[in-house]
Formats: sequence, structure tokens, C-alpha cells
Amino acid sequence: MIVLTPIKKSQYPIIAQCISPDVFKEKTKEEIANLTIWIGNKKRQLSDLFKIDKTSDDTLNITINGDVEKVKRIGWGMTQGEIIINGNTGMHLGKKMSGGKIVVNGNTEGWTGSQMKGGLIEIRGDAGDYLGSPYRGSTVGMKKGKIIVHGNVGSDAAVFMKSGVIKIHGNAGPFMGFRKTGGVIHIGKDAGTRLGACMTGGKIVVSGKLENIMPTFTIERIKKKVKIEADDKAVGPFYVFLGDLAESGKGKLFVSKEKNPQLSTYERFI
Amino acid sequence: MDLLIKNGFVFDPLNEINGEKMDIAIRNGKIVKSVPDRTSKIIDASGLTVFPGGVDIHTHIAGAEVNTGRMVRPEDHEKDFVRKTAITRSGVGYSIPSTFTTGYRYSQMGYTTVMNPSMAPLEAKHTHEELNDIPMLDKATYPLLGDWWFVLENIQKGDLEECARYVAWMLGITKGYAIKIVNPGGLESWGFGRNVHSIDDQVPNFCITPREIICGLAKVNKMLNLPHTIHLHTNNLGIPGNCSTTLETMKCLESIPNDGKPIAHITHLQFSSFAGEDWGSFHSGAEEITKYINNHDHITFDMGQIIFTDTTTMTADGPFEYTLYQLSGHKWVNSDVETETSGGIIPFHYKRKNPVNAIQWSIGLELALLTKNPWKVFMTTDHPNAGPFTAYPKILAWLASKKAREATFKRLHKKAQRRSLLPSISRELSLYDLAIVTRAGHAKALGLKEKGHLGVGADGDVAIFNINPEEVDIANKYKTFRRAFSNAAYTVKAGKVLVKDGEVLQTAAGKTIWLDVKTSNQIEVNEEIKNKFRTYWTVEYENYPVTDHYIKNSSPIKIKADV
Repeated sequence: MIVLTPIKKSQYPIIAQCISPDVFKEKTKEEIANLTIWIGNKKRQLSDLFKIDKTSDDTLNITINGDVEKVKRIGWGMTQGEIIINGNTGMHLGKKMSGGKIVVNGNTEGWTGSQMKGGLIEIRGDAGDYLGSPYRGSTVGMKKGKIIVHGNVGSDAAVFMKSGVIKIHGNAGPFMGFRKTGGVIHIGKDAGTRLGACMTGGKIVVSGKLENIMPTFTIERIKKKVKIEADDKAVGPFYVFLGDLAESGKGKLFVSKEKNPQLSTYERFI
Repeated sequence: MDLLIKNGFVFDPLNEINGEKMDIAIRNGKIVKSVPDRTSKIIDASGLTVFPGGVDIHTHIAGAEVNTGRMVRPEDHEKDFVRKTAITRSGVGYSIPSTFTTGYRYSQMGYTTVMNPSMAPLEAKHTHEELNDIPMLDKATYPLLGDWWFVLENIQKGDLEECARYVAWMLGITKGYAIKIVNPGGLESWGFGRNVHSIDDQVPNFCITPREIICGLAKVNKMLNLPHTIHLHTNNLGIPGNCSTTLETMKCLESIPNDGKPIAHITHLQFSSFAGEDWGSFHSGAEEITKYINNHDHITFDMGQIIFTDTTTMTADGPFEYTLYQLSGHKWVNSDVETETSGGIIPFHYKRKNPVNAIQWSIGLELALLTKNPWKVFMTTDHPNAGPFTAYPKILAWLASKKAREATFKRLHKKAQRRSLLPSISRELSLYDLAIVTRAGHAKALGLKEKGHLGVGADGDVAIFNINPEEVDIANKYKTFRRAFSNAAYTVKAGKVLVKDGEVLQTAAGKTIWLDVKTSNQIEVNEEIKNKFRTYWTVEYENYPVTDHYIKNSSPIKIKADV
């Protein structure tokens, strides 16, 4: 196991794509210390930023003890192993990862789990904007894998999501699941406006209050329970909406009946 | 300082030199017979392959379209960015690199001259500003004249001499190099939401047909003695069954006397060689087309070879881009450039497992391999429409090695495998042929006398690759070959060593080549023309021409026309 402890604060953004079990694998402590990172526009080494310790156990795990909110691209494209971050992290955490596990005991910034292809990301604090969404302009979203957020999520999460699971225990910002074509999202508390805009497939489950529903969604029925995963069911009852009809979509929106009395007018269309 | 390249295996098809061991001497940026050993810088090229500097006849590297393409694709830049070094500037771009990166990357592959094939005359200033910013390369650009109102009006009147004078005037004020025709008649129709579907359809409001535009401009091209032929993007491009339109187009040009020389260059022919009635019965029309081209000598073409990657399509053919938008549903840019042309941009991902894309890949290679005379076929990807130019080494490997083709072929969609002619083609191009399809042929077709060869008097543009033709059999070792052609051992431009082992050593500005055509009766800009600009354009005439100070290293070619 590698333990990284930040020894320096920087006012500039840092790109440290090398912090990944795949890169650290079979490298000595010296080799890891010499890996390239960028602080602003200056090329530096990993040891300039972190104190690096190698513990005796022979796992692929990496632990970061401390806040690294300026450090971008941790766990980029990782396929195995585990990263535990005891603090806040920067943007693009676990981007394009296809396996392994990332646990953040703190908050994350934008594009966490962007274009993910597999693996698990668990965030004990809040996640920033663009959770699991592709970079601006791209149409390739999350393909597989699982993201769990214990806090709240910013705007534009799960854009172009194709498959996989996102579970949010807190609130979600606006434009969640924009142009989503598959996969499951469960929002434990309240959801923001424009939920599921332009979605054509998959499920979004809202257990709390929904700010407003898009006019391009139509009600189908009322359902008592919804399956999120193999051993996880959300208990309702839920209004089931179909949409987004502007895109001839077949996505499903499950909205809690109990928390959303304003939607009861839809019941007469069932 | 003089430069001497010693003991390389030289391939210079225009001077019929095939792998001879010889020295190349360069003085003052030009190739000379010899220079003294003692005072010159010497490159030891023993065991290396020496080619003339690469020439690319068709690559969209500058202009309003390219720039809009950059703007709509932030994700394209995110996946590929270049940091600055002590010598080179930073940049971005995979399919649409920024200007400086374009220059460096071409140079790293041994290219020294490239042609930007589509410039709306209204955007000429923008295009030249970008060309100024592309280092390491000599450049030229072709204005889109096929749907320009002045041309259409004069063809309608039947006055080709007047038309020729207008074309000469336009080449002068936009600093262009050749007549580019895109979907003749179709772009004018696109202004009204329509298209033409054969070369005998009527163009709205003008009562002429694409046939008349193509033949008219081919005759105009001859009257003006332009070095290049007309540069033609055919009607119905990208639509199944368009190979019959392409054959019609080639046949209609037969009537023009050509004295054995080409009179039309059909560009990215792969997109114009689709047979079948719809996307379901889609198959290759390459056999028919190459049969025609092998039996006639008035056509040259470039491949427009598909690369399986995520790229950006951009063309002046607005209606075609609309078809592509309906197919892909991707983000779409559409424009109608006033009285001149139209345009469209769509990102596109060519996939091996898509039967249509896989057949398209096969068509490009079939066209190149079934054409017997390598002087008629040029290697391009129509950058970035069918793939970025950085994939050229891959295409060269496919052309030179059946093994390389088979490696890609077996990963294609099964339907495409069944419909492809490729397994029956065993032809493999030699290094000599490759020098033709990447350099000599392009330069000959463009009429650039000082490019594409290593004879005395030519520009001192040389590309040296780390391949020993006596030891390496490129058909078997295609990966070695591909590596060597991705990173030139040396790129020499005008006697300066710009690149060594794929690393940029120094930057240099290139020339912008344009045609200064003298007709006996020059067009005078009178009140009538100015009034037209006031009525139909968004700019006044005074703001329209590209004045001399716009071009950094201007290199006009003076031409005397017959009219």
C-alpha cells in the first residue's frame, strides 16, 4: 500500500494523472517519487507535492491523507486496486476508470467519474457538478459502474448516461440525467428542475420532492416499489412518468407520491 | 549554409530515380548539382530512404469552416493537447488541430506543401490569416467558384470568355490557386432548402444544369492556362448509388479536348463511389469507376480514405451534411454563404462494426489499388472528413502491405467482409509508387514545377525516413514502416532541417502560393459590380478583396491567359 501525505499547498491547479494503482504497480518508492505532475505550467515530480510512504502489505491500494482539492485527474483510467482519499479532492476524479474502487471521505469537485466504464466510486461528502458526465461537447457518457454519493450533487449529473447505477442519498441539482439513454439513478432526497430532460431510456427514481416536472413527460401509472439494483428496492408509492416525449423517449421517471402532492392532478390521466 | 544529404536511397519518380544511392545538394533553398563537402552541413543518410518533401492536394486546415469545427468540438481538444516546448507553441486538437500544431504534425511526417481545398471567397481574409499562422509548410487555397453567382450568370448567358475573366479576377482578389467546385448547382439550391440529384437537374433561378457548370468551368480552366485542373466534388456525394452520377460526370468531361492531360481532379472519390439503392443494399462501386479511369486519361483523383476513429466532417456541401445529420443526429452546423456557397459540419465516428463504414473503408483502398496508373491516384483522407491527416502512415501501410490490410479486414463487420473486393486484390505498392501517391503525383497534378521532386532547380524540400529498402521488406514489416513514416528521420524545407527523428528542431514560416492570372481584358470594378455587392452581399466591395498586406510570405505565380 502507498500512503501519500500532502506536504505543500499550491495556489495553481495541479494535474496528477499518475496517481493510479495501474501506474504505481510494480514501481519502487523512488520510481513513484519521480513520476511527472504539472503544477500550473511547471513540470514537477510527485515527491514535490507528497510525502510518499510504502507500507509492508503488498496490495495495490493508495491512501491519500489530507485535502487535495487542487489536484485533478486522480485515478484516471484505473482498472484495479483501491484509492482512499481522506479529504477533499479536485476535478476529474476517476475519469474513464474501468475497474477498482475509489472512496472519498470528503467532497469532490466537477466531473467525478466522468465517462466511467466500470468500478465503484463512493463519496461520503458532496459531489460537484457533472458527476459521471462527459466533458463539454462529448456525447459519450457513463457506460457502466456505480457511483454512491452520501451528500448532495451539483448540476448536470449523469449527462448522456448509458448504463450503470448512481445513488445519491442527498439532493440533486438541476439537469440531472440530461440526454440519458440507460442506467439507473436514485435520488434519496429532493431533485432539481429539468430532471431527465431529453432522456430516451433508463430510470430515474426520486424519493423526495421534485421541483417541477418537464411538460414533455406523461404519466403512466402508480407503482409501489422500484428496483434499483439486485438487492435494493426503493419503497414508494411512486408516480411513473414516461419521456422525454420531445425525443420520443422511453425513459421512466419515478416520483414519490407522498412527497409530491402537487402532482396529484396527474392522477386523472391514468 | 549549404546542405548535403549523403548516400541515401533516393526515390524521385518525376526524375525516374528508383532507390538509387546518391547525394542531394541544397544551396540557398534550392536543389543544385553539387556543393563542396567541406563547407556544407552534412546529413548522413546511408541506410535511409530519401523522398521529396510531401505534398498534400486536399486537406482542410484553415478557414471559417475549420474554425467553426474547432469551436463546436471542445471534447476533440480535451483528448489531445500539446504542451509548449522551447521551440514549438502549445496547441490542441485531434481531428481539427490548431494552426501551429497542424504545421508541426505535417512536418513531423515529412510533408512540406499542403493545399487547403475549400475557401468561401467571402471568408478569404479569414482563411489567409489562418494560413499565415501555419508554420513549416508552403500553402495554397482553392476558392469555391462552382456556385458563385457571377459564374452562374455568365454560364447562363453562354459567355465563357467573360466567365473566365471573372474567375481570373476572383483568383486574384481571393489569392486562390485553383477552381474548386462543390456539388455544382446543389449549393445554390441549398439556399432554398433544395438540392440537385443528377447532373441534368435544373438549378433554381438560373435555368442551367450542373453539367453546364462543370463543362463550362473546365473550359474556363483551360482558357486561363491554370496549372491545376478543376477540383471537383461531385453531385450526390455520400448517397448510395452515386457512382452512376460520378460516371456521368466523368463522361461529360470527355468532350473537352485534353491532349492526354487530365482536365478534372475528382476529390475524395471514395465518397462518390457508392453503389446500391439504399443503405441496406449499399456496396462498392469502385470496380466500375476504376475501369473507367483506367481506360481514360482526363481524370485524376484522391482517395478520401476512411480511418476508423472519431472525427469531424466539414464540407461546403450543405445538403450532404444535412443527410449526415439525419443519419447520426449529432450536433450540426449549417450555413449558407450569401451568393457563393454553403457549408456544414458534423462530428462523425467511423466504426469497424458499422457495415456502411466498413464498406467505405474498403472502397477507398479498392479505388487506389485497382487504378493501374499511380499517377492518377493520390493518398488523402480529405482531412478531417474521413480521418485526421495524422493517420496517413496507416493508409500507406494498407497500400503497401496485404498483410496490413488483412489485419484490419478481419476485424470488420461480417457483411462488409462479404461485399468487399479487397481479398481478391494482391497488389502492394512499392516505395517508388508510394512516393508518387504522396508527393510526385500531387505536385504534377497541381502543376507545381518546383515541388515533389529532387531534380536540379527544385525547392530544397526533402523528407528522409528511417527505412532501409535493401533490408526491410515493407510488405512484411508494415509496423516498422508505419513507425518510420509517422516520424520522419529528417524533414528539410528550403534547405533548413526542421525535424529530426520526429522532433521539431526549428520552426520556419512557409510561403502562400497564389495565381496572378493576366487576361487581355481585365475586369474593372465599376459601379455595377459595387452595386451588386451592395444588394446581395453583407459586405461592400471595398472590404472584400484580400489585399497584399494580408499575406505574410506571398509567392504569386504569374500566368498569361488565352482570353
